[in-house]
Amino acid sequence: MLHFTRWKMIGILAIVLVGLLAAVPNLFSKETVDSWPSWVPKRQMVLGLDLQGGAYLLYEVDKQDYVQRRLRTLVSEIRKAMLQEPRIGYSGLGVQGQGVQLRVRDVSQLDLVRTRLEPLRNPLGNSLLGGTAINEFDLTVGSDGLVQMTYSEAGLTQRIRQIVDQSIEVIARRIDQLGTVEPSITRQGQDRILVEAPGLGDPERLKSLVGQTAQLTFHLVDSSYQTGQTEPQRKPGTIVLPGQDNPNVNYVLDETPLITGEDLTDAQATFDQRSNEPVVSFRLTTGGAQIFGDVTQKNVNRAFAIVLDDKVISAPVIREPILGGSGQISGSFSIQSANDLAILLRAGSLPAKLTIVEERNVGPGLGADSIRAGKIAAIIGTAAVCAFMIATYGVLGWIANIAVIVNVVMIFGIVTLLGATLSLPGIAGVIITVGTAVDSNVLIYERIREEYRSGRSAIASIDAGFHRALGTILDANVTTLIAAVVLFYLGSGPIRGFAVTHAIGVATTMFTAFTFTRLLVAMWVRWRRPTKISL
Amino acid sequence: MRHLRLVPDNTKIPFMRMRRWTFPIAAFLSIMSVVLFFAIGPNYGIDFLGGTVIEIQTKDPKPDLGKLRGSLNGLGIGDVQVQTIGEDNSILIRVGQQPGGESAQQDAISKVRGLIGDTAEFRRIEIVGPRVSGELAFNGGLAMLVTFAAIAIYVWFRFEWQFAVGSIISAANVVVMTFGFYVVTQHEFNLTSLAAILTTVGYSLNDTVVVYDRIRETLRKYKKISLGDLIDRAINDMLGRTVITTMTTLIALFSLYIFGGEVIRAFTLAMIFGVIAAIFSSICVAAPVLIYFGLRSDAMNDKKKDEGAAPQKA
Repeated sequence: MLHFTRWKMIGILAIVLVGLLAAVPNLFSKETVDSWPSWVPKRQMVLGLDLQGGAYLLYEVDKQDYVQRRLRTLVSEIRKAMLQEPRIGYSGLGVQGQGVQLRVRDVSQLDLVRTRLEPLRNPLGNSLLGGTAINEFDLTVGSDGLVQMTYSEAGLTQRIRQIVDQSIEVIARRIDQLGTVEPSITRQGQDRILVEAPGLGDPERLKSLVGQTAQLTFHLVDSSYQTGQTEPQRKPGTIVLPGQDNPNVNYVLDETPLITGEDLTDAQATFDQRSNEPVVSFRLTTGGAQIFGDVTQKNVNRAFAIVLDDKVISAPVIREPILGGSGQISGSFSIQSANDLAILLRAGSLPAKLTIVEERNVGPGLGADSIRAGKIAAIIGTAAVCAFMIATYGVLGWIANIAVIVNVVMIFGIVTLLGATLSLPGIAGVIITVGTAVDSNVLIYERIREEYRSGRSAIASIDAGFHRALGTILDANVTTLIAAVVLFYLGSGPIRGFAVTHAIGVATTMFTAFTFTRLLVAMWVRWRRPTKISL
Repeated sequence: MRHLRLVPDNTKIPFMRMRRWTFPIAAFLSIMSVVLFFAIGPNYGIDFLGGTVIEIQTKDPKPDLGKLRGSLNGLGIGDVQVQTIGEDNSILIRVGQQPGGESAQQDAISKVRGLIGDTAEFRRIEIVGPRVSGELAFNGGLAMLVTFAAIAIYVWFRFEWQFAVGSIISAANVVVMTFGFYVVTQHEFNLTSLAAILTTVGYSLNDTVVVYDRIRETLRKYKKISLGDLIDRAINDMLGRTVITTMTTLIALFSLYIFGGEVIRAFTLAMIFGVIAAIFSSICVAAPVLIYFGLRSDAMNDKKKDEGAAPQKA
């Protein structure tokens, strides 16, 4: 147990050295580390939001809202498909639960119905990858003329996945424009997006930029009703939407938008030349400009509404055809809100509404307090434990202390190397590891003591003590390691933060007990050749 | 040089005879914890109930709590709790779960923000929606059960099945008693508390396995002594280690408790309780369970001969 080959010794010391060196950059400020030459390891520990402050925002795709919206679009798509020549007569077209249904009058047209509706099933996955393509909707055509298009379980799941992917892109574009913070945007589970912005004190601006769907549409105002009427009647193919500034004013609009946010190529916040108010000017794509030109030409003196997320921002009257493909949106903006709207329009709209299901913000002050308190507690705790060990074991106590301190520094080194996040529960994980790491030394020393008392020579006792104790240490730590690994995979948030450092700590504890402590004791034995053990 | 010895050598404390007292005490404490859990229940935090916690530091060093409480409760967002933590101007505001889904929570916070405005620094805001809170509780419970199962299988492979049962009963005892601690003290029970409980589970298992390892070794060594005496001998042989390890762990935890700051004070207190419960449980629950489940004192001699030559002499 006390013999080490030269290579083994070098190997052990090399691993310890790497672990220690990896922790070194954490002792310096970020600026200092950045000024080091490029070959020096510079990686620093990632501190959790609870330690450095920041915002944690968990968004969820509003499935119900998305499905309702999508089904409404599907209804108008089906209506359009049925109106193609030859027309297909139907009745009762509408949303029914998770789908759309209608009844075809002439049962002999069912085959035609099938070919017309097939393309609307909207294939999602591509079969290029070998899998079968999943369709968003299932189509059932009953022989009695009842036609249903409903969401398939797989179709909806797949669609939500796509929405999450698209949303992550859109959010990233929006935040890029903001330029000041560098949040991480990640998928969580099937229908959630996690936005973490370390160091961000006030997340309100971030929230308003990330959370807004920003679906922009232009609709013609239905001229048969007086704009501003409080309780307008509506007929098929129209929608009623409230105004943004005054929710009591309702507008009756054509359901099908003239153009949407996708027809925009650019949007900028500027000032209106006459009123000097902040406005958002936009430019349309060639296709969009054409449509817009045509419509405005045909509808001079009618009003059209600019709608953002189901609220009418403004409803100007068309004075003359707008042919140039550019225009501006006005509607009591502040400079910042005009700027934000321009960012939102440039970055594109979210494919579905996102709601915040969990939010945690920690101001930088609180995190700094926690770190300071944690450091003081760690120093005092370590000093007290070290003093106790030296009082109990003398020279071997010193060795144990060196081993435990090396152990702790290695934990921080490995956390740094892995890029894992250190949170407050993580610090607790380190401290409990100090407990078990000391225990492994105590087990070894108590064992050596027992062997010595039973009459063995000093060196034989040390050898046997290590031999016996290491079995116990292995079993005890493997048990704890199992617990920590399970917690890491199943836990979330603080539990995970704890499990990371605890698992790493158990591993380093086993490593130091089996190699480093043994090496130190072996070196001490070779140096002092003890014939007596005072424990 | 003489070193510190907290425990004299050759102690002969009859732990297994004491089990007539200690085992019922452990059982009683566990049952009481369960009863209290259902009768009173822990003070669940927002992680499990949903709702909002806001921590502010007012610019006024001696703010008028009553006035703040009054105006917050006048916002029409249900019962709002206001309390100081640490200093006079560090204030914790709790707002209950708002009816009306996820966005209603956000609206309630805007109202509180509007009321407080510039008079204070917002140190922390946590909002947990109704859906997430249920999942967090479920995942925490699931993590615990899977941990137990994995540990039981490992211990079963390395020892005998009685040891597996014993380590789980002992760990469950620690969990239940720590829960009881939360019920009695009414400290807020949140995800961090769950982490504290899981820590004590880890510590308890570690300690139980250390004790079991020694019992297994003693079983192999002595053949003709009764199981109770064997276990007593194993525990007494280890008493020095147990006390020293407990001391060092508690030193570390107490320094964290005293100097580690307000945020983790409740967390460390629960761990201190849990560590003591774990030590007690390893000796007074895990060990007697072996007797109650009929471990035979020659169990270690029948099998596992391949595990190396354990010395047979006394």
